[in-house]
Amino acid sequence: MTEFRAPAVELTRFRRRVVVAALFVLVCLGLLAVRFHYLQVKRHDYFLTRAEDNRIALLPVVPHRGTIVDRKGVVLARNYATYTIEITPSQVRSLDATLDELATLVPIDARDRRRFRKLFEESRNFESVPLRSRLTEEEVARVVSQRYRLPGVDVKARLLRDYPHGTTASHVIGYIGRITERDIERIDEAGDTANYRGTQHIGKAGVEQSYERELHGTTGVEQVEVNAGGRAVRALSHTAATSGNDLELTLDIELQKVAEKAFGDRRGALVAIEPSTGGVLALASMPTYDPNLFVDGISTQDWKALNDSPDHPMLHRAIYSTYPPGSTFKPFMALAGLETGKRTARQAIHDIGYFNFGGHRFMDDKIGGHGMVDLHKSIVVSCNTYYYQLANDLGIEGIAGFLAPFGFGDRTGIDLPGEATGVLPSQAWKRQRFKKPEQQRWYAGETISVGIGQGYNAYTPLQLANALAALVNKGRLFRPHVVKYVVDARTGERRAVEPEPLREIPLRDAHLKAVLDAMVDVNRSGTGKRAFKNAPYSVGGKTGTAQVYSLRGQRYVEGRVRERLRDHSWFIAYAPAENPKIALAVLVENGGFGAQSAAPIARQVIDYYLLDQRVGEPAAEDEEGAESEGDESTLQPGPVTEPQATSSTTPVPPPQPRPLPPPTAAPPAAAARSAR
Amino acid sequence: MNDTRFNPLALVLGFLRPLDPVLMLVLAALLGYAHVLMQSASPERLDSQITHIGIALAGMWGLAWLKPQRLLSMAVPLYLLGVVLLVAVELFGEVSKGAQRWLDLGVARIQPSELMKIAMPLMLAWFFQLREGQTRFADFIVAAVLLLVPVGLIVIQPDLGTSLLVAASGLYVIYFAGLSWKLLIPLVVAGVIGLGSIVAFGDTLCQPEVDWQVLREYQKQRVCTLLDPTRDPLGKGFHIIQSTIAIGSGGLTGKGWMDGTQTHLAFLPERHTDFIFAVLAEEFGLVGALVLLAIYVVLLLRGFHIAANAPTHASRLLAGAITMIFFTYAFVNMGMVSGILPVVGVPLPFISYGGTALVTLCLGIGILMSIQRSRFADKT
Repeated sequence: MTEFRAPAVELTRFRRRVVVAALFVLVCLGLLAVRFHYLQVKRHDYFLTRAEDNRIALLPVVPHRGTIVDRKGVVLARNYATYTIEITPSQVRSLDATLDELATLVPIDARDRRRFRKLFEESRNFESVPLRSRLTEEEVARVVSQRYRLPGVDVKARLLRDYPHGTTASHVIGYIGRITERDIERIDEAGDTANYRGTQHIGKAGVEQSYERELHGTTGVEQVEVNAGGRAVRALSHTAATSGNDLELTLDIELQKVAEKAFGDRRGALVAIEPSTGGVLALASMPTYDPNLFVDGISTQDWKALNDSPDHPMLHRAIYSTYPPGSTFKPFMALAGLETGKRTARQAIHDIGYFNFGGHRFMDDKIGGHGMVDLHKSIVVSCNTYYYQLANDLGIEGIAGFLAPFGFGDRTGIDLPGEATGVLPSQAWKRQRFKKPEQQRWYAGETISVGIGQGYNAYTPLQLANALAALVNKGRLFRPHVVKYVVDARTGERRAVEPEPLREIPLRDAHLKAVLDAMVDVNRSGTGKRAFKNAPYSVGGKTGTAQVYSLRGQRYVEGRVRERLRDHSWFIAYAPAENPKIALAVLVENGGFGAQSAAPIARQVIDYYLLDQRVGEPAAEDEEGAESEGDESTLQPGPVTEPQATSSTTPVPPPQPRPLPPPTAAPPAAAARSAR
Repeated sequence: MNDTRFNPLALVLGFLRPLDPVLMLVLAALLGYAHVLMQSASPERLDSQITHIGIALAGMWGLAWLKPQRLLSMAVPLYLLGVVLLVAVELFGEVSKGAQRWLDLGVARIQPSELMKIAMPLMLAWFFQLREGQTRFADFIVAAVLLLVPVGLIVIQPDLGTSLLVAASGLYVIYFAGLSWKLLIPLVVAGVIGLGSIVAFGDTLCQPEVDWQVLREYQKQRVCTLLDPTRDPLGKGFHIIQSTIAIGSGGLTGKGWMDGTQTHLAFLPERHTDFIFAVLAEEFGLVGALVLLAIYVVLLLRGFHIAANAPTHASRLLAGAITMIFFTYAFVNMGMVSGILPVVGVPLPFISYGGTALVTLCLGIGILMSIQRSRFADKT
């Protein structure tokens, strides 16, 4: 046989090699055993942790956002459950095909598509983007049954935000919108990243923004076992989310409606404050917008319409736009005169119709003047000459020094985002504002027009209302606020937002009484008399007119001036005079004289608030009332150019992070004309 | 044999006569283990696994009946057929997963490189049988050519794993045929230095702009992934990371049968084929892994024993080479899954799911049995 022919040498060598091979094999397998020991015993803990990390995912449980109600419990913002179609970008092969396919199942209009495309482009790939919400049961069934053909398409049950009152108080309530990259940065900075896992919306304006922390709630965690595809297999543990806290506003939504209705289609703002607390009763900015448009991502079309409108509905005029206060400034000036000792209540001047200063004539609105004018009369008839002189006597630092504590030219600190600072003119302010040395200098002539609320003066309606509230509150200035209670979602405990007195301005009672009595007479016999005819309560007030445009020596005839260049109409009021429950400031843009547009709005609001009477009509412009008062705006021809008329060109844009430019800030024009 | 009476026991024994009891026990242990693992890794494949086992055992039984000489006489035709088919694959082959590996014959798709795993050691054993007792250096040159032609054809498919296995099977024959240590040692040293330098300069070599000339991009990727699995945690590195997690988290005694989280939550890739060892190590722990190693040791020692006692030069070479191939499969697979060798598509022998590999391996067992029986038969 073959084996005998095999040379013995070769067999021996072969066997030797087999032994070597066997040893090699054993060594190699031994190496493997060592490796297994290393992995499975030495590093077992590490790998076990890795395996657990692998399989356990923490899914966020998004909390319900807190609801917002007004002071009487009327719901202003709430959540409602709805089914939405959502598409995850990363899972979709052809977007167009998917959309067309979906359109055969449920109606998807062009608007949905446009809005969806916008969101789609902004979205992160792995997050689902809503296409349509408010699906009916039948639509849900149709989409779900066909979903296998549509990768990336999901029907989800979601809580959407709803603002049942639509455009009413939208600037106060604000709105929520989808979280953008910028929001994420802010959330990261605040260290809230974990709490916003899974949250898709965030407050973008109004209380929704400023109280985001309260409203959002605490995100819960569901510990689930997931497979490699990320799909949850079973739940391991569950920590429920804590709903956001509810907010109870100081706002009275019915009062707000009355106020907004009174404006009709006029532009403007109204701020009504409860003087004893600083609580804001109504805060209107007209025109408004519908916050519901933003909830699901606003369509490009709607956004354009809001942004391009010359009326700038997105602008929060009450706290962001600044206007010269006009004659509503006079009660504060009068008080300054009394408190500084520059005037007594009885001291009278002889008004001859103008005030000469530095070779210029500062005109009163009444040709020939008001005759003998004391402090009381100066407020009741809104005499300019009195205040020209007073301003000159006080000096700009005297004015600024006395008025700053009232909050003029400073943010009130209201609990709403995007408040403007305004301008309380002073030498320091001017030095800071202008660059060229000759512009930085304060001219004494500039002080004169500041005295009647013109010139560089620029305040938000909120500042004016709050200053008035402090005035009628005997000098106690509160931080205004729109939220009254934060209702804890867990305990139901109502945490009151305590009235926060910012400061007590020391005022002599007699001085205060002199000014306030005059303000009451404004509405009895003065410029506000027609607006408050037959009012069953006593009410103090003051009209004001803020110049938009300086006519430079021409007659101001309303009909001839383009609507947008007409004066802004102001009215401040408080009632009841003996124990004020409401203090308000009304501004009607390009509304003309204060008594004409703004005062009737104030009347409607106070009527409703004190008497529960509702007119239900926009407040009529009181043309006749203005005429009969003999208050027609006649501008005396003459040299009215003043030093500041040439130097003050543009309004001071307050540094505010707002997307929209303030369209209405009136140029602090030369105070050549009177303001009533 | 002379007894003409009907004896059922004798019939069964006669039927089983060619089967080596030790190898049968080892095989039963491995296939049983495989079946248990498959219930956890991929229960829907249990039925076809049984079918594969049936076919593979039948093939093994058939080969075990054949005499080694008959087998060796088929070496040349099988080898030539293999080379022709490999050329055909290159020309008409089907592309699957970026490589041409399959040949569609209309009836069935075959993978000629698999045939080469048997034909190669057979061919070289046959060749060295011719030169028995007079092997000179030139014979090793011829053997090298015989080896490199099919290996080269498989490399260009490209199929790194199979070409390495085929090359290894040939090299083992050459080793057992007695290639001088003076040549072998430099070869091994060169290989070790080459691998060592790749590890040392891995970062530079793995830069995307470096072209490795000999290896294709995906092969380069595989090597690079081994060098640093974290460089591509969601792609190719994912496999190794997840399998080492599975093995490591198994611990000493494992998480228990059917309780492997890596396995059952689909973190393990290819858990029923190349990565089935990770399932084993996760669910049965170090103990389970060592049991498997022990079974393999028995298999290999039995194979070496058969080789050492084989009657002819060719059958010795063949038995030794086949045993070493079993080892190579096992070592490369477990080394890959545990992260000490690159990811090459080599199944865990007798355990991984897959009919072709199982049949090939069982044919190898059949050849071992045939060789063992020939010695037994000749001695009686």
